[in-house]
Amino acid sequence: MSTGNGSTGNEQIIICREVHKWFGDFHVLKGIDLTVDVGEVVVIFGPSGSGKSTFIRTLNRLEEHQKGDIIIDGIELSHDIRNIEAIRREVGMVFQQFNLFPHLTAIQNVTLGPIWVRRWPKKKAEEAAMQLLERVGIPEQAQKYPAQLSGGQQQRVAIARALAMQPKIMLFDEPTSALDPEMIKEVLDVMQELADSGMTMLVVSHEMGFARAAADRLIFFDEGVIVEKGTPEQIFNQPQQDRTKLFLSQILQH
Amino acid sequence: MSTVAPSSQEVQRPQRTIGPLTWLRENLFNTWYNSLITLLILWLLLRTVPAFAQWLFSANWEPILTRPVLYFVGQYPVAELWRVGVGVGLISFFFGLSWGTWGGPVRTFAIALMAGYAVVALIPVSLETIGLTARLFMVANIGLVIAGLGASRTPLGQGRWVLIGWIVIFFLFILLLRGFEGTPLELVSTGRWGGLMLNLMVAAVGIVASFPLGVLLALGRRSNLPVVRLFSTLFIELVRGVPLITILFMGSLLLPLFLPEDVRIDRVIRAVIGITLFSAAYMAENVRGGLQAIPEGQYEAARAIGLNAPLTTLLIILPQALRLVIPAIVGQFIALFKDTTLLIIVGINEILGIGKSIVLGNPEWVGAQIEVYLFIAALFWVFTYAMSYSSRRLERALGVGER
Repeated sequence: MSTGNGSTGNEQIIICREVHKWFGDFHVLKGIDLTVDVGEVVVIFGPSGSGKSTFIRTLNRLEEHQKGDIIIDGIELSHDIRNIEAIRREVGMVFQQFNLFPHLTAIQNVTLGPIWVRRWPKKKAEEAAMQLLERVGIPEQAQKYPAQLSGGQQQRVAIARALAMQPKIMLFDEPTSALDPEMIKEVLDVMQELADSGMTMLVVSHEMGFARAAADRLIFFDEGVIVEKGTPEQIFNQPQQDRTKLFLSQILQH
Repeated sequence: MSTVAPSSQEVQRPQRTIGPLTWLRENLFNTWYNSLITLLILWLLLRTVPAFAQWLFSANWEPILTRPVLYFVGQYPVAELWRVGVGVGLISFFFGLSWGTWGGPVRTFAIALMAGYAVVALIPVSLETIGLTARLFMVANIGLVIAGLGASRTPLGQGRWVLIGWIVIFFLFILLLRGFEGTPLELVSTGRWGGLMLNLMVAAVGIVASFPLGVLLALGRRSNLPVVRLFSTLFIELVRGVPLITILFMGSLLLPLFLPEDVRIDRVIRAVIGITLFSAAYMAENVRGGLQAIPEGQYEAARAIGLNAPLTTLLIILPQALRLVIPAIVGQFIALFKDTTLLIIVGINEILGIGKSIVLGNPEWVGAQIEVYLFIAALFWVFTYAMSYSSRRLERALGVGER
């Protein structure tokens, strides 16, 4: 196994082998096997409580897995805090509730990581942050506080904040679930652009339009196991499992 | 161009003018029980206010007017009072400087301070009560605040320098008051310090020292390290379970018994330590309340961008937690300031003690305690109100974008 740094081509950047997790006695993840290639966009969907959010949160150790191996960009996720911190520098995350820092302006939210973790000079971090805010389409909101922004704008700041650490992988945990309907598109557009630029992405979402357009692979989670995986084509047109068919019929009805 | 009636878009909100009678009816007599309460309060006011006003004019203000300076500096030698003056002048200057540098809440405080100086300078009592020198000193202090404000435009007006300056002048003030044995600046032991000056100084040290200590204890109580958590919890619960008076007595009477003969800690310092530890325990619980109000998502977001635990606490959690508990913290600082009057029971001549000895010192003034205590209460009210007003300003200033 190479160190993984500077990886190109179809190298596997995420490797999960037999990942198990329990919350107390409740078995949330029952042996997840998954590998993701560099540049791949994977959309994970499934009923609530199926463990899909918990799974992507184990990838940057917001949740601890109790059994199995997770290897991110050649670094094994263990109890070693240095490994955890190294992985967190490689992995950006966007949350359902945005989780912006309310006491900091949009641009301060974005520069915080680069300045304090990457030790960039303030000026360099601010220039990079402005570029990112332009990329997500809200440079004019840089000096505003999160509470002064709409949900869609907040989520775009959150994406810029994650990108500011120059991650190799981006995790999205239901990024549009807390948004008003008219704001979903602006966030999905940013994610689409990110996918097109070659970012490795794991997205927990029920936005099937986005999945069809951007995903290389779809994964259907239920009751802590991966029930089915395949290209959007395969999953939407010829789902193999009854549970997948049932769930798709429930969410695609309208 | 069609002429659609614009009135459909520009309907004015109906204006309502309220006459005094309508106001009375709507606010004081709108229900039968509100009418009853209004009448009851009116009756109480009629019974008490005239009587109080009458007392106010017939009261014996002699114990205060004879030597008001006693209430502010206690037994501090008159010949050395210039030291206090220099210290107060420095503080005035720094309030001006902080006003120019930080604006906002400090501005309010500085203006209140100037108003206070002006009141003392112009107060219509005889020149024997407040001499010309004292009045001129007040005017000079107003000038110093303004000078400080002007100085904030120079490179001096940087937050960092102002903060360092405050710490420096604080210690300078204490050294100046104390002096040194065998020098022209002769020693004035803390036993001769007193009055409101002492209350303010003890409160200032207590506030400045108990704040970081309280924050550390609050963090310690939530620590993952069992030893730290146990120590913090024990300390907090132990101190909170004991009245302040007990702590002051222990510091004053018990502590010297445990220390070696030749180790003598100053009486005032022992009292300050007691008050600081006491206040820190309460501070810790206030801060902990703020820490608990921070949603888990903030920790997760900080971890996700790679911040380690100390940086997360310092940059993300504490700024939000402390802002949430400003009202509680200021409330506690006010309580601490008022609690400094408890030093009277360990024989320190703070303002209440001074007032008491003034009344007891002159047989003619027996019975005039009410006037003295009222005067002291009014002084405390002025300072505590300034504190609580500034805190409200601070909340508003920090509340940016939090609506």
